[in-house]
Amino acid sequence: MADHLMAEGLKIRVLVRPKAGILDPQGEAVRSALPALGFEGVRTVHVGRLIEMEVESADEVDAMCRRLLSNPSIEEYEWEVVS
Amino acid sequence: MRIGVTVFPGSNCDRDALYGVERMGAEAAELWHADADLKGVDAVIVPGGFSYGDYLRPGAIARFAKVMGPLEEFAKDGGPILGVCNGFQVLTEAHLLPGALLRNTHMRFVCDRVRVRVETTNTPWTAGCDAGEELTLPVAHNEGNYFADPETLARLEEDERVVLRYLENPNGSANDIAGVCNEGRNVVGLMPHPERVSDPTLGSDEGLRILSSVLVRAGV
Repeated sequence: MADHLMAEGLKIRVLVRPKAGILDPQGEAVRSALPALGFEGVRTVHVGRLIEMEVESADEVDAMCRRLLSNPSIEEYEWEVVS
Repeated sequence: MRIGVTVFPGSNCDRDALYGVERMGAEAAELWHADADLKGVDAVIVPGGFSYGDYLRPGAIARFAKVMGPLEEFAKDGGPILGVCNGFQVLTEAHLLPGALLRNTHMRFVCDRVRVRVETTNTPWTAGCDAGEELTLPVAHNEGNYFADPETLARLEEDERVVLRYLENPNGSANDIAGVCNEGRNVVGLMPHPERVSDPTLGSDEGLRILSSVLVRAGV
């Protein structure tokens, strides 16, 4: 039974990105590199972080996002159950 | 006086900090990350380096190490704590200091000596300096760009909690901030490395102005 439950764990996808208005030098570096390769018309680029987890329950995912996976003073996050 | 230096996996300025403590004439003690024990020290330095490989965000994982529990208690009780570079990042992640340290605006690691001005002597780590004193200190970081929301920045300035300010900003830091303190003024975070200039053999011992301030404050 326990093995069966483990196998049925939830797949969670967390997306962490710099808060709007916060300087994102990484995104800016990527944005300025694209025209160098001939890709024109890119107005903004923001670089975030994708975190995939398999959990037994989604109850505490939000707390995980607030306490560790993101730094709420500079980043925002969203998460979803993928399967 | 006995001063502890925390050691996390990936700390790389811990030995320098221990050496600096000995140079200033205090007793040094290593505080291992996995021990929830400050060994009865009178002050703590959280040194620079790349704790836990800077995984996730610099300082984000170190912040939950066992040694941080008693360190947070020590901070609440007014104990003097100095975070240097990665140590500053750890203290902001632990909410012992406001704000955060972002990537340098120019996206390059900066390794240099910079001029800074002591903006307040009302902290245990600047009590032995002169107000407005200028120091030349090494910096070596990728995420030293101090950020706080406008209200927090205004409050830091109003309460004179900016401890060191760059004369030439090396990383894009808000208001040229090189170091800040908490509301109680006992917890200080600095991006420059005073411990790396604690012996004339290293070219300068100006860093002892910062480190030995804690002795001045304690009246030792």
